[in-house]
Amino acid sequence: MKGEPMELKLTVNGKPYELMVKPNTLLVDVLRQELKLTGTKVGCLDSACGACTVNIDGKAVRSCSVLAFQANGRKVTTIEGVGGDKLHPIQEAMVDYGAIECGFCTPGMVMSAKALLDENPNPSREEVREAIQGNLCADEGYVKYIEAIEIAAKKMRGGQ
Amino acid sequence: MGETFGDYSILGKPIPRVDARAKVTGQAKYAADYDFPDMLWGQVKRSPYPHARILSIDTSKAEKLPGVKAVTTGKDFGGFRWGWSGPTRDEEPLAVKKVRYQYEGVAAVAAVDEEIAKEACDLIEVEYEPLPGVFDPFEAMQEGAPLVHEDRSGNICVEYHWAFGDVDKAFAESYLVREDTFQTPRMAKGYLETPAVVSYWTDSNHLVYIGAKGSPYFPYRILSRCFNLPLSNVRIITPFIGSDFGGTKNDMTPADFSAVMLAKKAGRPVKIVTSQFDVLTTDLRRHPMWLTIKTGVTKDGILTATYLKAIADGGAYTRMSPLTMMLTGCLMTLPYKLPNFKYDAYNYFTNNPSSAAMRGHGLYHSRFAADVQLDMIAEELGLDPVEIRLRNAIENPKPGEVYEAVNEVHVATCGVKECIEKVAEAINWEKMRKKKKVEGHKAYGVGFAAATYNSGTKLSAHNACAAIIRICEDGSVNYLTGATDVGQGSDTIMSAIAAEVLGIGIEDIDLKRVDSAFTPVDPGTYGSRVTVLAGQAARNAALDAKQQLLEVAAQQFGVKPEEVEIKNKQVFVKSNPDKNMSWERLVRIACYESPGKVIIGRGYSTQGITLLGLADFTRGVGDIGTNYSFTAQAAEVEVDVETGVVKCTDNNVIAHDCGFPLNPPAVETQCQGGAYHQGVAAALYEEFKMDKGQTLNPNLIDYKRPRACEAPMTRVEHVVTNDPYGPFGAKEASEGSCCSAPPAVINAIYDATGVWINNLPAEPEKVFWALKAKKEKSKGKK
Repeated sequence: MKGEPMELKLTVNGKPYELMVKPNTLLVDVLRQELKLTGTKVGCLDSACGACTVNIDGKAVRSCSVLAFQANGRKVTTIEGVGGDKLHPIQEAMVDYGAIECGFCTPGMVMSAKALLDENPNPSREEVREAIQGNLCADEGYVKYIEAIEIAAKKMRGGQ
Repeated sequence: MGETFGDYSILGKPIPRVDARAKVTGQAKYAADYDFPDMLWGQVKRSPYPHARILSIDTSKAEKLPGVKAVTTGKDFGGFRWGWSGPTRDEEPLAVKKVRYQYEGVAAVAAVDEEIAKEACDLIEVEYEPLPGVFDPFEAMQEGAPLVHEDRSGNICVEYHWAFGDVDKAFAESYLVREDTFQTPRMAKGYLETPAVVSYWTDSNHLVYIGAKGSPYFPYRILSRCFNLPLSNVRIITPFIGSDFGGTKNDMTPADFSAVMLAKKAGRPVKIVTSQFDVLTTDLRRHPMWLTIKTGVTKDGILTATYLKAIADGGAYTRMSPLTMMLTGCLMTLPYKLPNFKYDAYNYFTNNPSSAAMRGHGLYHSRFAADVQLDMIAEELGLDPVEIRLRNAIENPKPGEVYEAVNEVHVATCGVKECIEKVAEAINWEKMRKKKKVEGHKAYGVGFAAATYNSGTKLSAHNACAAIIRICEDGSVNYLTGATDVGQGSDTIMSAIAAEVLGIGIEDIDLKRVDSAFTPVDPGTYGSRVTVLAGQAARNAALDAKQQLLEVAAQQFGVKPEEVEIKNKQVFVKSNPDKNMSWERLVRIACYESPGKVIIGRGYSTQGITLLGLADFTRGVGDIGTNYSFTAQAAEVEVDVETGVVKCTDNNVIAHDCGFPLNPPAVETQCQGGAYHQGVAAALYEEFKMDKGQTLNPNLIDYKRPRACEAPMTRVEHVVTNDPYGPFGAKEASEGSCCSAPPAVINAIYDATGVWINNLPAEPEKVFWALKAKKEKSKGKK
């Protein structure tokens, strides 16, 4: 492919990286192939399914539809950077509430939900639906995802 | 959190899925996530023509491109053909002489990166002679139509003619007879994870295949024949699977064969990840069907006879079409009593991508037609839709008895009446029906439907599921299964059953997904068979391991094995619980007391084979299922009468008789998901638009799939019937709801607007024109 590799600097899950990357490389390919962060999934490469959703500076972004250089100098969070030893409340709610089936859309779903709740701790049901509107699920029906995000929001606000 | 059922330690209560943590943290590895040193990327070269003779293939330029390590064409496979069963082996790994659908694979390349592999594919020169094609069954059935397969005259792929009772006599004696025609759309399976494969050879005699297959023992058998290797040398490893729904992730694809062949030629691992474009243009689809249904009833609305004629577009190759046409017909005699039934089925080859199984397989087509027509009949008779269903519903047989349908289908438990009653009550049916229909330009209506589905599907040849339980010396347990969890939750159910029987915790079980080098052979994940049959295997294997441990315990306690029990990791004498020891201690004694035992439990399922025999496809009689689930559903819709846009509201209730809900929240997600993704999707959203074999909407923007904004917050009511033929009383969950949703939605549209949409999906344009036609008709009357 044409185009000489250029230096890309970005922070992924709190860790700074300096990489040589061709200008036309997609962010998702840097994450999956260079950094081996395969928790971010590829479903369509058309920006239609949301399986590749990550957070860039706190916003939910489809990593198949941005060039790696659009993330230059910015903070990227992938599913591997959510939670830690303990699950994040969104993850915990999805596990406890039985929201997850095949799991392929789950990382993207978590990232969309996280961007929502970080910005809006008390979303209405319609706002929850809207936040995951770009995340296709194939098998689960969305009901338990929507309810799990609401449960997580409540928990994060300090309720039980 | 949530409802609980039964009196078990684990089963019947909400069980967090054993794989949920790996999935929610991104640690779960799917096929495309596998990476090996030295791995090459493969790409399949595809035909631009839907029907063409291949005159020549020149790969020389591709071979010379730097970075290309191997090239293959169909000729490398030495005439190998494969198919769903022996007599239907009509497909080659890569087409040799002729392509039969657009983008069929003709060659493949492995290179050091994906871009070089793509470039090399472009350098392969293929000379074609385009042929005239047939693009729907009505073209295919014309006399003199081009033949998709030269040896299959008339383009007939499958044909069945069955008759039970005397439909003609019954129609003549009926108070009312209606005949209507319905149509179901061409649909994608809808998995987001595109099929991916990584293959390598450990030596010239041993192949390894890691692929997104819900039925991994399909490639096990097929690759063994294809590469002329004993089964012992074919190793299939199953990663996490991003949904399946029947079809491509059961069967093979050109990419599967190519990856294995390229890996052999290059002597390096080869990975092929199919693009979503290739999925939507070439993967197996749900059959589009044209269904003419004639039904007779008495004055009271009791069904007297049904004649169903189903015409299907099978696409380019046979694949699973014989089973599809079987399933479309054979359970028309459930969930309502039907004394006379006749079925004519015709499935034609066309130059479209092949059709195959999909969630709700077969029954979804005929249940849609029958349950919409039932509402039409109810209206003509002035009966309420719930009332006509209750009058016809099969009663739950008394314990020990079975209901036998006219085509020798046997039902030991049937909760359909209870399902109908529960749904009607939960949605407040009578009030909803009387509710004001129109608010501004929005019209509201509610529709009802009931359905059934076969679980523990029984096919000829190998049917048994098996399990191996290894008790580790520290008390932890490995569960080796041949069954595959594609998202339905079977890994959790198998672990839960094993833990329940052994008397330990589910966290003590570590389940090993399929690796054919170690796990027992299994038919696969299809036909809602896993919980019922692999579940029985889990129970039997756990009982076997437990018995071995009880014998050790009995010796220690100085009693007989049957006097000992294990519960909550405590081993005790039933009559004297003070005589006890911990699970870990018992296991340690068993393993270490000289000479030391190795505790391995094994078990396999027998219900699917021995119970009432197998179904006969030619005559349409017998049991395709080990047992049968029942479902009722009510759905409210909102119709924009100006634009024709239809949306489900949150008033949506399903009651499902899965026998016994082993993991109630999993039953709920299965029903909610089945009803929405494969049910409402068919009713309202999804359809491939085709033009002479070319797919016009091959991406997830133009091909509309259901999203969260339109998702009904479906409530699920559990109906417990404790089926004697399922493990712990269980039957299937989810495929029934794929079948109840489309008729419920279409009946609701009629309730809202007074128009019938017989041709799915009820997309805005269709609804708009139907509303307009209705308006003009009523103007004309005035």
